[in-house]
Amino acid sequence: MKSKSLRSREALIFERSTPGTVGYQLPAFDVEKVDPAQTLGANLVREEIQGLPEVSEVDVVRHFHRLSQWNYAVDDGLYPLGSCTMKYNPRINEELVRLAGFSQVHPLQPESEVQGALRLMWELEQALIGITGMARVTLQPAAGAHGELTGMLMIRKALQDRGEARHTVLIPDSAHGTNPASAVFAGFKVKELASTSAGTLDLDALRRELEAGDVAALMITVPNTLGVFEPEIAKAAAMLHDQGAFLYMDGANLNAFVGIASPGKMGADALHINLHKTFSTPHGGGGPGAGPVAVSRLLEPYLPVPVVDKRDGRFALDYDRPKSIGKVRSFYGNFGIMVRALAYILSLGRNGLKAMTEAAVLNANYLRRALQDHYHLPYQSPTLHEVVFDDSWQKPFGVSNMDIAKRLLDYGFHAPTVSFPLVVHGALMIEPTDSESLAELEAFVEAMKAIAQEAKENPELLKTAPHTTPVRRVDEVRAARQPVVRWYAQDSEAT
Amino acid sequence: MARPENLVYSKTHEWVRVDGEIATVGITDYAQEQLGDVVMVDLPPVGKTVAAGQEMGTVESVKAVSEVFSPVSGEVVEVNGQLEAHPELVNQDPFGAGWLVKIKVAQVPADLMDAKAYEQFVQEEGGH
Repeated sequence: MKSKSLRSREALIFERSTPGTVGYQLPAFDVEKVDPAQTLGANLVREEIQGLPEVSEVDVVRHFHRLSQWNYAVDDGLYPLGSCTMKYNPRINEELVRLAGFSQVHPLQPESEVQGALRLMWELEQALIGITGMARVTLQPAAGAHGELTGMLMIRKALQDRGEARHTVLIPDSAHGTNPASAVFAGFKVKELASTSAGTLDLDALRRELEAGDVAALMITVPNTLGVFEPEIAKAAAMLHDQGAFLYMDGANLNAFVGIASPGKMGADALHINLHKTFSTPHGGGGPGAGPVAVSRLLEPYLPVPVVDKRDGRFALDYDRPKSIGKVRSFYGNFGIMVRALAYILSLGRNGLKAMTEAAVLNANYLRRALQDHYHLPYQSPTLHEVVFDDSWQKPFGVSNMDIAKRLLDYGFHAPTVSFPLVVHGALMIEPTDSESLAELEAFVEAMKAIAQEAKENPELLKTAPHTTPVRRVDEVRAARQPVVRWYAQDSEAT
Repeated sequence: MARPENLVYSKTHEWVRVDGEIATVGITDYAQEQLGDVVMVDLPPVGKTVAAGQEMGTVESVKAVSEVFSPVSGEVVEVNGQLEAHPELVNQDPFGAGWLVKIKVAQVPADLMDAKAYEQFVQEEGGH
């Protein structure tokens, strides 16, 4: 990853500060100056913040522009961060979200003035209902984990409504890392379920837990973080429902089956959808995201308020939902993300979405096949949209997954996800998404093959990588043990 | 890899040394190697009652946060205060200076493994 900036060092904005420099020019005061402490009261007047950088507009623009040139983005090339679905963000999404009717509306405007925006939310909900086969959708949650929390709160409320006190949420060991946190946050206790040797849900273990009682829900990622589809998911759903428990499905990996399979038919009661993954809206520092939650009829009464309803051809926000868990986000969620996601869904259409899924699965399997003689594949089960290798063939040379990931930067690619999922030691989790051409995949394969060769012949090269980036390997341990999060003027003078 | 003979081991990779009524607990060499460089250790307060198999703290590395499970039941009587400033002791000396807690034992489960059984367990687990 060569720097696109011609400079390899960039001073902090604080170090660029020159006393008295400003980024604006205002005309001289033509009114009498007053003391705010006198007029407003001293308790309302903030003290001047010391040490803010004093720089001109052009200094600020250049500083941040240069830093941005050190970054790696989906616009630079393949971004194989497994589980993150880093797909290309089509420009038409950006064009549409900037239309004044979307970008200039205020959330407190009367419904009569924002019918178009409400219609967009309604249509997005309808599209997501069609894609998931669920009963209704809330668009409010701001990201995936927020969606998980929203879904689990609905399940808790539904149980309370039934007068049942159930505390246990079962989570397979191949689940997304956020699942246990969301369940605990919603007031549940988490019990981990060990996967089968194929990396999938163990129905016998599930049965034992259900017989033990107290199970509120199973939270499961489909396909799981190994990219393996859960073939017994419908059976698991039936077992849960028989015991009055719920099935929460983590839809972070929805890109593996849009247009092919339906969570509604699998028996999901709640499912969050990462618009910023599957439906191409920016994320990874470029967010915000959106994590709508789709629910079954059983959970529909508990959806957050408001939902958008269509009555006599008009669109309205419905707050009159007595069983609702309440609000989970200010106003209506990240509206700009909704516009982009619907633009993507409509521009692809039903057949296009299916083709998207097929391309995502094909790309991941292409990489799996091309690399499986060079990197160890810990699970042999067929995989969908991502593939997990590990570093066990490189370990004998002293090379870890981290070294491989760092060396990839020298070849001009973002690193894959490493050391996750936790069921695989030394994991390298690769998700190419549907965005990549054969040529881009081939370039990545060549880089990975070259690195596997280097691991044998010159492990030191990998252990000290990256070599061509503006910032070389950082000391992550020291950064975590002794973080330096403030800069003082004397720091610069000392160096 | 080191697996001292005089200790017993849990399936969640903690070691225990029982000395009279006091059990000293840490994580194994295998566990610290899998975790990588430890950057923070979160331990239970002294006086807390812990049950065998129950989560009693966390060990955070640059890779992940992992739960530490109490291999025995009893009451925490001492925690390794050194680890707050020097979490790297868990990596450098997992069976010695990197110990985590001392527990006044009420009960030691029968299913803890000796060094040989633990070694076999690790080999099987590392299989995939």
